Amino acid sequence: MNLHDPSYWLPLAFLAAMGLSILIYAILDGYDLGVGILMLNATEAERDRMIASIGPFWDANETWLVLSVGLLLVAFPEAHGIVLSGLYLPVTLMLVGLILRGVAFDFRAKARAGLKQTWDRLFVAGSMIAAFSQGYMLGRYIVGLDNSASAQFFGVISGLCVMSAYALIGAAWLILKTEDRLQQKSIRWAQFALPAMCTGLLCVSVVNPLVSDRIFTKWFSFPEVFLLFTLPLLTVLLLIQIHRSLLRLSQTKQARAYIPFLCTTGVYILAFIGLAYSFFPYVVPDELTVWAAASHVSSLWIIFIGTIIVLPMILGYTALSYYIFRGKARELVY
Amino acid sequence: MSIISVISVITEITENSNIQTRLINMDALILARIQFAANISFHILFPTITIALCWFLLFFRIRHLQTGNPAWLNAYQFWVKIFALSFALGVVSGITMSFQFGTNWPGYMETVGNIAGPLLAYEVLTAFFLEATFLGIMLFGTHRVSARIHVLATVLVAVGTTLSAFWILALNSWMHTPTGHIIENGQIIAGNWLEVVFNPSMPYRLAHMLLASGLTASFLIAGISAYRLIRNDKCPSVGAALRTAVISAACLIPVQIFVGDLHGLNTLEHQPAKIAAMEGVWETERGAPLLLFAVPDEESRENHFEIGIPKLASFILTHDINGEIAGLNDFAGEHPRVAPVFYGFRIMVGIGLMMLLTSWAGAFQLKRHGHMTVGLQRVFVAMTFSGWAATLAGWYVTEIGRQPWLVQGLLKTADAVSPVPPSDIAITLTVYLLLYTALIIAYVSTVFHLAKKAQSNMLADLPESHTGAPTHEPA
Repeated sequence: MNLHDPSYWLPLAFLAAMGLSILIYAILDGYDLGVGILMLNATEAERDRMIASIGPFWDANETWLVLSVGLLLVAFPEAHGIVLSGLYLPVTLMLVGLILRGVAFDFRAKARAGLKQTWDRLFVAGSMIAAFSQGYMLGRYIVGLDNSASAQFFGVISGLCVMSAYALIGAAWLILKTEDRLQQKSIRWAQFALPAMCTGLLCVSVVNPLVSDRIFTKWFSFPEVFLLFTLPLLTVLLLIQIHRSLLRLSQTKQARAYIPFLCTTGVYILAFIGLAYSFFPYVVPDELTVWAAASHVSSLWIIFIGTIIVLPMILGYTALSYYIFRGKARELVY
Repeated sequence: MSIISVISVITEITENSNIQTRLINMDALILARIQFAANISFHILFPTITIALCWFLLFFRIRHLQTGNPAWLNAYQFWVKIFALSFALGVVSGITMSFQFGTNWPGYMETVGNIAGPLLAYEVLTAFFLEATFLGIMLFGTHRVSARIHVLATVLVAVGTTLSAFWILALNSWMHTPTGHIIENGQIIAGNWLEVVFNPSMPYRLAHMLLASGLTASFLIAGISAYRLIRNDKCPSVGAALRTAVISAACLIPVQIFVGDLHGLNTLEHQPAKIAAMEGVWETERGAPLLLFAVPDEESRENHFEIGIPKLASFILTHDINGEIAGLNDFAGEHPRVAPVFYGFRIMVGIGLMMLLTSWAGAFQLKRHGHMTVGLQRVFVAMTFSGWAATLAGWYVTEIGRQPWLVQGLLKTADAVSPVPPSDIAITLTVYLLLYTALIIAYVSTVFHLAKKAQSNMLADLPESHTGAPTHEPA
């Protein structure tokens, strides 16, 4: 167990890379899935503008999912097999959702005018299905891929939690990227999604230590508990800040429109750290550790070198793309 | 009852249950194969278009910058819409693929994951992010960045799609002709990555696939442009696009036939059973005929209704009219099902020959008369998606032709199949098939709809058709 031994630290590096990739995916595709969910309750002109706000980004956002699954596949092939076979049906459901929304995005503007509304409905449905099934899978993963009725019930709760979390970050994105009436509408959406997400976060935080003695010990042992207490504390502070910022935004136009998005991202990061702490060093909860699941060192090396060179470039041109499309969203024209 | 009869009854029961488990496994195997084939077939349709279409778009864009002729800009603006649509379908079906490697074939990653993993990872890292990010700038950034940056973004998307093809074909080729690996403690790991990537069939397969993409995009552009001409669309961009596509098809098809032949010779060297199935040769023979038609019969291990040209198969494959071709009976139990490989090969070659005829006739008429006859235009319309049919037929030949192996000589498909219950696979397969059928219908009808709409748009707002309003306002 030392840092000079690649078979010790390489799997850890890949776990970190995979975790980072999942986190970035949840934030980035989270907001565009959230925008899709919110389109349920929008007029056609609003839908056009909402689509325009995510148009240049959604494709790259979804690539983070491919990278996450890809890293799981190449770095921890055995875990990939166990997790994805265990979640076979919800995985398929999610893929169907992602397919529907991905194609509806393009078809809505290109197919016959009479079909636009149908494609919009499919876009909303696809976004909801994808968000719900991701949350459902997270829930099932938290309870150790258990198949009991209570585990499935928890999966459903978790699915609804992720849907509201995506709706919140989607609304926060729209507050940032739109103005006037749509922005005001987005503030109300965010005010609606915020308490829903809080309830979900609370459920997951309570259930998580209760289903596993190991996780319970990890969180409530002395003296770590004092340090760990900062996680929920910070989360609560951020949630209050989101609430206050939404109030201010609804009253005055001068308020800073990026605060809700920034704080929601903060909540995502804290929730992620909490989950990561609970499960480390397991890739399959209580079953397979990061070292037992890892591929051969020689393959990890070759991917590691590529990742170190390419990842900064990816982050660089992703930043470039957000810079080019900065400011309020306008109509999309080729 | 004697002991012997008791034993025989017990053996019978155990044998029966063995047969039963084997039947269930068989079902899971066949279902997993059909499902994977459905997904990968649906997926490949769209990269086949986008890989080459992006280079066409770059050509249109650069021609416009060079000549200032708005026809080229118009062609770009029309085809970029179809590119965006095709790209979206490719992306979402590609996401499905990244999950199905694990859900359908867990044994694949367990056995050869140390080779396949890095190649797939490099595809995601070097290609997917590049194309996905710069696609946003290419599609929606026209009024936000300079023409130079926009061309650069288009180049990067084109490079990304081609790079993606490079990595995935390196992996696919390695599955046909594995080299560069070593076996250490029962694990297959890479010994020499250059040999893994540039394995014997890789250069042929990559060239064959890139040319297939070029031909698919050429016939798509030619077909839709011909459709617009027949509908009396007067937009000057239509003629420019048609000419570009017909000339590129006429240039690419002979190269493709040549490369395809080399690829076949390479297959004969490394996968003789596949060649035997493609040619329908059951018994090893000298001076084998080239069968134009036959009905291979797996039961009686012979062909019915053979129509062939004597000695031609031997001549093509060995460059000797009396050359020996190994027959399927030399590979009994180790060769693929003959019929799909045999028919698939003939469909691919048949479409290739039709492509040769139409594109040369089209190029000749354009050169001689400056335009095409309506009759030939109709043929091009009929062949709009001929590239899809040829590409799928070719992929079926090579992939079914590799069976029963998943990785030639190293891993059998049956040993990689997932423990997921067959009923689950059957349910999801049904969902996928319905979804894909609906999406293909939507895609094809939308492409033709865009062609019709382009015309009415042009009639409606001709004076201001080239002035785009800014898409975004800087903060």
